[in-house]
Amino acid sequence: MTTVYDPPRLEPDEAAIAAEDARPSGPAAAVVLAAGLGCFALGLLTVLTVASGGFSDAMTFSERVGDLAGVTSIATIVFFASWIGLALAWRRANPALPRVAAAAGLLIALGLVGTFPPFFNLFD
Amino acid sequence: MHFTEREIFALVHGLLIGGPFLLAFAGGLVALDGLRADYMTPQGIATQVRRLRLGTSVMALMAWLIVLIGTWILLPWYREDTPDSPRSILLSSPDTRDWHEFADVWKTHVAYMSPILATAAAALVVYYGPRLARDRSLRNLVLALFLGAFAVASLAALIGSLVTRAAPLR
Repeated sequence: MTTVYDPPRLEPDEAAIAAEDARPSGPAAAVVLAAGLGCFALGLLTVLTVASGGFSDAMTFSERVGDLAGVTSIATIVFFASWIGLALAWRRANPALPRVAAAAGLLIALGLVGTFPPFFNLFD
Repeated sequence: MHFTEREIFALVHGLLIGGPFLLAFAGGLVALDGLRADYMTPQGIATQVRRLRLGTSVMALMAWLIVLIGTWILLPWYREDTPDSPRSILLSSPDTRDWHEFADVWKTHVAYMSPILATAAAALVVYYGPRLARDRSLRNLVLALFLGAFAVASLAALIGSLVTRAAPLR
Protein backbone atom coordinates (compact mmCIF):
# COMPACT_ATOMS: atom_id res chain seq x y z
CA MET A 1 0.00 0.00 0.00
CA THR A 2 1.45 3.35 -0.99
CA THR A 3 0.97 6.47 1.04
CA VAL A 4 0.26 9.69 -0.76
CA TYR A 5 1.56 12.86 0.82
CA ASP A 6 -1.36 15.03 1.77
CA PRO A 7 -0.10 18.53 2.63
CA PRO A 8 -1.80 20.17 5.59
CA ARG A 9 -4.46 22.62 4.53
CA LEU A 10 -4.35 26.04 6.03
CA GLU A 11 -7.50 27.90 6.83
CA PRO A 12 -7.74 31.14 4.78
CA ASP A 13 -6.85 33.27 7.81
CA GLU A 14 -3.88 31.10 8.67
CA ALA A 15 -2.67 31.32 5.09
CA ALA A 16 -2.92 35.10 5.19
CA ILE A 17 -1.06 35.21 8.51
CA ALA A 18 1.65 32.90 7.16
CA ALA A 19 2.03 35.15 4.09
CA GLU A 20 2.30 38.26 6.28
CA ASP A 21 4.87 36.63 8.55
CA ALA A 22 6.93 35.56 5.54
CA ARG A 23 7.38 39.16 4.41
CA PRO A 24 11.04 40.17 4.57
CA SER A 25 12.07 42.85 7.06
CA GLY A 26 14.23 44.58 4.44
CA PRO A 27 11.68 47.13 3.13
CA ALA A 28 10.71 48.05 6.70
CA ALA A 29 14.34 48.32 7.80
CA ALA A 30 14.97 50.54 4.77
CA VAL A 31 12.46 53.21 5.81
CA VAL A 32 13.57 53.09 9.46
CA LEU A 33 17.24 53.58 8.58
CA ALA A 34 16.34 56.20 5.96
CA ALA A 35 14.49 58.16 8.67
CA GLY A 36 17.65 58.04 10.78
CA LEU A 37 19.79 59.18 7.84
CA GLY A 38 17.38 62.00 6.96
CA CYS A 39 17.38 63.31 10.55
CA PHE A 40 21.15 62.97 10.81
CA ALA A 41 21.60 64.85 7.53
CA LEU A 42 19.41 67.63 8.90
CA GLY A 43 21.64 67.99 11.97
CA LEU A 44 24.92 67.66 10.08
CA LEU A 45 23.96 70.20 7.40
CA THR A 46 22.79 72.63 10.07
CA VAL A 47 26.18 72.43 11.81
CA LEU A 48 28.02 72.81 8.49
CA THR A 49 26.07 75.94 7.51
CA VAL A 50 27.08 77.54 10.81
CA ALA A 51 30.69 76.38 10.58
CA SER A 52 31.27 77.55 7.00
CA GLY A 53 30.01 80.69 5.31
CA GLY A 54 30.71 79.19 1.91
CA PHE A 55 28.63 76.11 2.75
CA SER A 56 25.83 78.34 4.02
CA ASP A 57 25.91 80.26 0.71
CA ALA A 58 25.78 76.96 -1.19
CA MET A 59 22.72 75.93 0.83
CA THR A 60 20.96 79.21 0.09
CA PHE A 61 18.83 77.87 -2.76
CA SER A 62 16.46 80.78 -2.18
CA GLU A 63 17.49 84.21 -0.92
CA ARG A 64 14.07 84.68 0.66
CA VAL A 65 14.29 81.45 2.67
CA GLY A 66 18.02 81.48 3.42
CA ASP A 67 20.23 78.45 3.97
CA LEU A 68 17.34 76.55 5.57
CA ALA A 69 16.10 76.01 1.99
CA GLY A 70 19.12 73.86 1.11
CA VAL A 71 19.43 72.19 4.51
CA THR A 72 15.83 70.97 4.56
CA SER A 73 15.68 70.15 0.84
CA ILE A 74 18.82 68.03 0.99
CA ALA A 75 17.76 66.31 4.23
CA THR A 76 14.43 65.46 2.55
CA ILE A 77 16.23 64.14 -0.52
CA VAL A 78 18.57 62.08 1.70
CA PHE A 79 15.53 60.55 3.40
CA PHE A 80 13.64 59.63 0.23
CA ALA A 81 16.70 58.64 -1.81
CA SER A 82 18.12 56.42 0.93
CA TRP A 83 14.67 54.90 1.46
CA ILE A 84 14.42 54.00 -2.23
CA GLY A 85 18.03 52.81 -2.41
CA LEU A 86 17.87 50.69 0.74
CA ALA A 87 14.44 49.31 -0.16
CA LEU A 88 15.81 48.12 -3.49
CA ALA A 89 18.95 46.69 -1.90
CA TRP A 90 17.05 44.95 0.92
CA ARG A 91 13.83 44.03 -0.90
CA ARG A 92 14.35 40.31 -0.21
CA ALA A 93 16.78 40.61 2.70
CA ASN A 94 16.02 40.13 6.37
CA PRO A 95 18.25 42.53 8.30
CA ALA A 96 17.76 42.42 12.07
CA LEU A 97 15.14 45.12 12.63
CA PRO A 98 16.11 45.83 16.28
CA ARG A 99 19.69 46.57 15.22
CA VAL A 100 18.56 48.78 12.36
CA ALA A 101 16.16 50.56 14.72
CA ALA A 102 18.96 51.10 17.25
CA ALA A 103 21.21 52.58 14.53
CA ALA A 104 18.37 54.79 13.35
CA GLY A 105 17.69 55.88 16.94
CA LEU A 106 21.32 56.93 17.32
CA LEU A 107 21.23 58.85 14.02
CA ILE A 108 17.99 60.59 15.03
CA ALA A 109 19.51 61.57 18.40
CA LEU A 110 22.62 62.96 16.65
CA GLY A 111 20.39 64.86 14.23
CA LEU A 112 18.47 66.31 17.16
CA VAL A 113 21.70 67.48 18.79
CA GLY A 114 22.87 68.97 15.47
CA THR A 115 19.75 71.14 15.16
CA PHE A 116 20.00 72.44 18.76
CA PRO A 117 21.24 76.08 18.60
CA PRO A 118 23.48 75.97 21.72
CA PHE A 119 25.28 73.01 20.11
CA PHE A 120 25.63 74.23 16.53
CA ASN A 121 26.60 77.73 17.67
CA LEU A 122 29.75 76.18 19.16
CA PHE A 123 30.94 75.89 15.53
CA ASP A 124 30.24 79.55 14.71
CA MET B 1 -12.94 91.49 10.93
CA HIS B 2 -10.11 91.19 8.47
CA PHE B 3 -7.27 88.76 7.96
CA THR B 4 -4.24 89.57 5.87
CA GLU B 5 -2.91 87.02 3.38
CA ARG B 6 -0.02 86.32 5.78
CA GLU B 7 -2.35 85.76 8.72
CA ILE B 8 -4.45 83.37 6.64
CA PHE B 9 -1.41 81.28 5.72
CA ALA B 10 -0.23 81.36 9.35
CA LEU B 11 -3.66 80.09 10.41
CA VAL B 12 -3.64 77.33 7.78
CA HIS B 13 -0.13 76.30 8.87
CA GLY B 14 -0.70 76.41 12.62
CA LEU B 15 -4.39 75.78 13.15
CA LEU B 16 -6.17 74.35 10.12
CA ILE B 17 -3.53 71.70 9.36
CA GLY B 18 -1.34 71.80 12.48
CA GLY B 19 -4.21 71.60 14.97
CA PRO B 20 -5.95 68.52 13.50
CA PHE B 21 -2.52 66.94 12.93
CA LEU B 22 -1.65 67.15 16.65
CA LEU B 23 -5.15 66.04 17.67
CA ALA B 24 -4.99 63.06 15.31
CA PHE B 25 -1.92 61.83 17.14
CA ALA B 26 -4.00 61.04 20.21
CA GLY B 27 -6.35 58.86 18.14
CA GLY B 28 -3.43 57.25 16.32
CA LEU B 29 -1.63 56.41 19.55
CA VAL B 30 -4.72 54.82 21.10
CA ALA B 31 -5.45 52.87 17.90
CA LEU B 32 -1.86 51.67 17.55
CA ASP B 33 -1.45 50.74 21.20
CA GLY B 34 -4.77 48.92 21.20
CA LEU B 35 -3.98 46.95 18.05
CA ARG B 36 -3.42 43.61 19.81
CA ALA B 37 -4.44 40.20 18.61
CA ASP B 38 -5.23 39.21 22.23
CA TYR B 39 -7.93 41.86 22.49
CA MET B 40 -9.48 41.97 19.03
CA THR B 41 -11.23 39.70 16.57
CA PRO B 42 -9.66 39.25 13.10
CA GLN B 43 -12.44 41.43 11.65
CA GLY B 44 -11.74 44.10 14.26
CA ILE B 45 -8.04 44.02 13.44
CA ALA B 46 -8.76 44.31 9.70
CA THR B 47 -11.01 47.35 10.26
CA GLN B 48 -8.54 49.00 12.61
CA VAL B 49 -5.63 48.39 10.22
CA ARG B 50 -7.59 49.97 7.35
CA ARG B 51 -8.19 53.07 9.49
CA LEU B 52 -4.58 53.18 10.65
CA ARG B 53 -3.20 52.84 7.13
CA LEU B 54 -5.33 55.74 5.96
CA GLY B 55 -4.90 57.82 9.11
CA THR B 56 -1.10 57.55 9.41
CA SER B 57 -0.66 58.20 5.67
CA VAL B 58 -2.83 61.33 5.81
CA MET B 59 -0.96 62.49 8.91
CA ALA B 60 2.40 62.06 7.17
CA LEU B 61 1.08 64.09 4.24
CA MET B 62 -0.19 66.79 6.62
CA ALA B 63 3.20 66.92 8.34
CA TRP B 64 4.94 67.52 4.99
CA LEU B 65 2.40 70.22 4.08
CA ILE B 66 2.94 72.00 7.41
CA VAL B 67 6.73 72.17 7.10
CA LEU B 68 6.61 73.10 3.41
CA ILE B 69 4.17 75.96 4.04
CA GLY B 70 6.27 77.05 7.02
CA THR B 71 9.55 77.04 5.11
CA TRP B 72 8.57 78.29 1.68
CA ILE B 73 5.64 80.64 2.42
CA LEU B 74 5.81 81.88 6.02
CA LEU B 75 9.57 81.98 6.63
CA PRO B 76 10.29 84.50 3.82
CA TRP B 77 7.70 86.84 5.35
CA TYR B 78 9.08 86.25 8.86
CA ARG B 79 12.68 87.04 7.85
CA GLU B 80 11.97 89.91 5.42
CA ASP B 81 14.65 92.58 5.52
CA THR B 82 12.27 95.30 6.71
CA PRO B 83 12.12 96.97 10.14
CA ASP B 84 8.64 95.61 10.86
CA SER B 85 9.23 91.95 9.98
CA PRO B 86 8.93 89.61 13.01
CA ARG B 87 12.62 88.71 12.76
CA SER B 88 13.72 92.35 12.73
CA ILE B 89 11.44 93.15 15.66
CA LEU B 90 12.81 90.24 17.72
CA LEU B 91 16.44 91.07 16.91
CA SER B 92 15.99 94.76 17.71
CA SER B 93 15.99 94.22 21.46
CA PRO B 94 18.33 92.15 23.67
CA ASP B 95 15.24 91.07 25.63
CA THR B 96 13.64 89.40 22.59
CA ARG B 97 16.73 88.39 20.59
CA ASP B 98 16.66 84.80 21.90
CA TRP B 99 13.14 84.32 20.55
CA HIS B 100 14.71 84.41 17.11
CA GLU B 101 18.26 83.15 17.69
CA PHE B 102 17.27 80.20 19.85
CA ALA B 103 13.55 79.53 19.59
CA ASP B 104 12.65 80.21 15.97
CA VAL B 105 15.91 78.88 14.55
CA TRP B 106 15.55 75.62 16.51
CA LYS B 107 11.88 75.24 15.57
CA THR B 108 12.41 75.74 11.85
CA HIS B 109 15.20 73.14 11.77
CA VAL B 110 13.95 70.45 14.14
CA ALA B 111 10.39 70.54 12.73
CA TYR B 112 11.55 68.65 9.61
CA MET B 113 12.08 65.54 11.72
CA SER B 114 8.33 65.26 12.27
CA PRO B 115 7.30 64.46 8.66
CA ILE B 116 10.30 62.16 8.26
CA LEU B 117 9.37 60.16 11.38
CA ALA B 118 5.63 60.25 10.58
CA THR B 119 6.32 58.96 7.06
CA ALA B 120 8.44 56.11 8.42
CA ALA B 121 5.68 55.19 10.91
CA ALA B 122 3.04 55.28 8.15
CA ALA B 123 5.21 53.15 5.84
CA LEU B 124 5.57 50.49 8.54
CA VAL B 125 1.80 50.48 9.19
CA VAL B 126 1.12 50.12 5.46
CA TYR B 127 3.76 47.40 5.03
CA TYR B 128 3.06 45.23 8.08
CA GLY B 129 -0.68 45.87 8.55
CA PRO B 130 -2.33 43.18 10.65
CA ARG B 131 1.01 41.71 11.71
CA LEU B 132 1.40 44.72 14.03
CA ALA B 133 -1.40 43.21 16.13
CA ARG B 134 0.62 40.03 16.70
CA ASP B 135 4.16 41.39 16.90
CA ARG B 136 4.75 43.53 19.96
CA SER B 137 8.27 44.65 19.00
CA LEU B 138 7.10 45.85 15.58
CA ARG B 139 4.20 47.69 17.18
CA ASN B 140 6.59 49.32 19.66
CA LEU B 141 8.86 50.43 16.81
CA VAL B 142 5.94 52.10 15.03
CA LEU B 143 4.83 53.67 18.33
CA ALA B 144 8.37 55.02 18.92
CA LEU B 145 8.48 56.64 15.46
CA PHE B 146 4.96 57.96 15.89
CA LEU B 147 5.73 59.38 19.35
CA GLY B 148 8.96 60.92 18.02
CA ALA B 149 7.01 62.67 15.26
CA PHE B 150 4.45 63.84 17.83
CA ALA B 151 7.11 65.12 20.26
CA VAL B 152 8.92 67.12 17.57
CA ALA B 153 5.66 68.51 16.15
CA SER B 154 4.44 69.50 19.62
CA LEU B 155 7.74 71.20 20.41
CA ALA B 156 7.69 73.11 17.11
CA ALA B 157 4.04 74.07 17.63
CA LEU B 158 4.71 75.33 21.15
CA ILE B 159 7.76 77.35 20.11
CA GLY B 160 5.94 78.62 17.01
CA SER B 161 3.02 79.91 19.04
CA LEU B 162 5.35 81.59 21.57
CA VAL B 163 7.38 83.26 18.81
CA THR B 164 4.15 84.41 17.16
CA ARG B 165 3.03 85.83 20.50
CA ALA B 166 6.32 87.77 20.78
CA ALA B 167 6.22 89.03 17.18
CA PRO B 168 3.12 88.17 15.13
CA LEU B 169 3.23 87.82 11.38
CA ARG B 170 1.00 90.50 9.89
